[in-house]
Amino acid sequence: MNDFLAARSQMALSLGFHIIYSCIGMVMPVFMAISHYKWIKTGDHVYKNITQAWSKGVAIFFATGAVSGTMLSFELGLLWPKFMEHAGPIFGMPFSFEGVAFFIEAIALGFFLYGWKRLNKWFHWVTGIVVGVSGVISGILVVSANSWMNSPAGFDYVNGQYINIDPIKAMFNEAWFSEALHMTIAAFAATGFAVAGIHALMILLKRNVNFHTKAFKIAIVFGAAAAILQPLSGDISAKGAARRQPAKSAAMEANYHTVPYSPLLIGGIPDTANKKVNYGIELPGLLSFLVYDDFKTPVKGLDQIPQQYQPNVPVTHYAFQLMVAIGMFLLLIGLIYFFALWKKKKWLTKDWFFKLFVIATPLGFIAVEAGWTVTEVGRQPWIIQGVMLTSQAVTPMPGIQYSFYLFTFIYFTLSVAVVFLLSRQIKMVPELYDH
Amino acid sequence: MLYVVIGFLFFAVVFYFLLGGADFGAGIIELFTSDGNKSRTRHTSYQAIGPIWEANHMWLIIAIVILFVGFPVIYSQICTYLHIPLLIMLLGVTARGTAFSFRNYDAVKDERSQALYNHIFVYSSFITPLFLGITAGSVISRQIDPAADNFLTAFVFSWLNWFSVAVGFFTVALCGFLAAIYLIGEAKEQFDVKRFTKKAVIMNAAAVGFGGLVFLAAEVENVHLAHWIFGNPVSLTAVIAASLSLILLWYLLRRGKTKIIRLLAGFQVTMILVSVGYRHFPNVMMVKGGKNLSLLTNHAPEATINDLGWALLVGSLFILPALGYLYYSFQKKKDV
Repeated sequence: MNDFLAARSQMALSLGFHIIYSCIGMVMPVFMAISHYKWIKTGDHVYKNITQAWSKGVAIFFATGAVSGTMLSFELGLLWPKFMEHAGPIFGMPFSFEGVAFFIEAIALGFFLYGWKRLNKWFHWVTGIVVGVSGVISGILVVSANSWMNSPAGFDYVNGQYINIDPIKAMFNEAWFSEALHMTIAAFAATGFAVAGIHALMILLKRNVNFHTKAFKIAIVFGAAAAILQPLSGDISAKGAARRQPAKSAAMEANYHTVPYSPLLIGGIPDTANKKVNYGIELPGLLSFLVYDDFKTPVKGLDQIPQQYQPNVPVTHYAFQLMVAIGMFLLLIGLIYFFALWKKKKWLTKDWFFKLFVIATPLGFIAVEAGWTVTEVGRQPWIIQGVMLTSQAVTPMPGIQYSFYLFTFIYFTLSVAVVFLLSRQIKMVPELYDH
Repeated sequence: MLYVVIGFLFFAVVFYFLLGGADFGAGIIELFTSDGNKSRTRHTSYQAIGPIWEANHMWLIIAIVILFVGFPVIYSQICTYLHIPLLIMLLGVTARGTAFSFRNYDAVKDERSQALYNHIFVYSSFITPLFLGITAGSVISRQIDPAADNFLTAFVFSWLNWFSVAVGFFTVALCGFLAAIYLIGEAKEQFDVKRFTKKAVIMNAAAVGFGGLVFLAAEVENVHLAHWIFGNPVSLTAVIAASLSLILLWYLLRRGKTKIIRLLAGFQVTMILVSVGYRHFPNVMMVKGGKNLSLLTNHAPEATINDLGWALLVGSLFILPALGYLYYSFQKKKDV
């Protein structure tokens, strides 16, 4: 494995790991605040138990997310020093604000976790809200930094020099809103379905049904609502990508040829050598419609982009298809949930109904990973779209593969440990919270 | 505004050293505690750092963000030539942070997993400040060689030298000292007060010993440390103030003033940082061949520094009161 590939793999691994923890760290405090509120309002002890059980999980996820985030703030420089040297002053503002938001989140979490019985109950509740709000803000800020790499702004690039730097303009680049919106909704959908799925499994196994049903409800309302909203934000994102990053957009669709009535491709196996797609379903004109709101306008294909500036088409295409397919499935069961709530109350006690959600447990996070694969692989070979190549940014330090192996080992171990701890938490629910 | 940003960078480093350092120190003290007393130490330190430990480590993030937004060239040089010690430090941060939270939040408190968490926690508490110190020492050691043409010179001897390693151990001893002094004030029983006092004495002696080694190593490696510290009135005053306050600290400890001595310990570490940093400011990084990287010339463009300065000023309006209240409320609740 050469150093460049090792550096990219290590970065992908670290981000892929971190993102799961940050999603959970963003969303769980919101769920906790809801059940905490219900406890204060109704005095129903089950809600207090749910809040405490969740908060122990959150403490584990927060700590893991915080260390993997610390790791990332160094890895940017350890792996991509040339990128940071030039990009730091331009796209660094969101990171500065994120540092502040994250700090506040950590302080509020300290109050929240250790505040049971010690703090005024409403003050305690508010600290939980602060954890959630600052978590969501942190997430939006980091995504905004990433969006700058896709849609560079706030500087002029003249003769290899970065001049007229305006960090605020860089922060509010064209892509920040659509990316931040898409990611925030995704975090709620993924976490909502994952949490709901775990509680659904416990309901199926007839363990502490009352506890798990109440927890399931809080999680699924958010998860389902987010899944229903997500296609809208996906549409905004896709339109923007087509305009700003035609290469990424073409790779997502495996669109090799620029033709009028550009077809939307469903599935299919890209054949890179012969520049065609096998076994896909083509819906003529639909891609043109999605991008330009009319069926005829041709959408830029890969034939318009020099070979050396094209991303890996199969990876981008498969990741995109996977994300969309999961999105559609979650949308469907989200609709089923609300339909059941509205018209078919008796579904809410059926086994088949909970099985649906058990199946969906990991899907949201798989879609999140796939979505990031689209964003990051789809931007290659650029680290800053159209300005700096990823290969120009990589560290001169040799032997990065060993660091990659080490990181793989560590993240694997941590993942196993977190899953193990979580299963222990769930197993202990009857003893700790069964009143 | 540049000076505001530099001021924040300095304070973030000092706070990280004091608060994060005391945190690492708690693990170091636990490492050097006899098996019979380990759980007592653990209990006291958990009472002390439990609610605030996440926040203590945020200072590192603040410092690093200031560095890569405001002083990107310095950040990228450090990350390139000190890749290896930074990597080891990061592994330490990861192992330590997760082990600390796992041992407190594992729903089943069985002996085997607790023992594993404890092991990881105490060893990483030692490794992390060691490599932080090595990194910090290397930055001013003049051993980083941008003209190096082989792996060992460029990426290993940049930090594996007598001076950097001595600074590493000195840092570990200081962290242990800070923690021991802090824990004295947390201990509820006389038995523990005595134990932590003994630890503080040992750590103090270790710090003096390693401090001496740092000077020796500086001579060996041609680092003008003695000149920086004794060659100008400000650094000299800082060193004298640190020494005098150390005497005062031990006097007050004998009189049973277990809380005020924390301030003195913090003061000493701050003075050490001031005395080392003052003379070569604004040069924060010194590389082979006499080239220095100055904060005053290697900063980001004006617009970035301005925005960063405002972000930090406004941010600290939120952070500092909240943080103060966090420390205050848990201190108060414990004392009741």
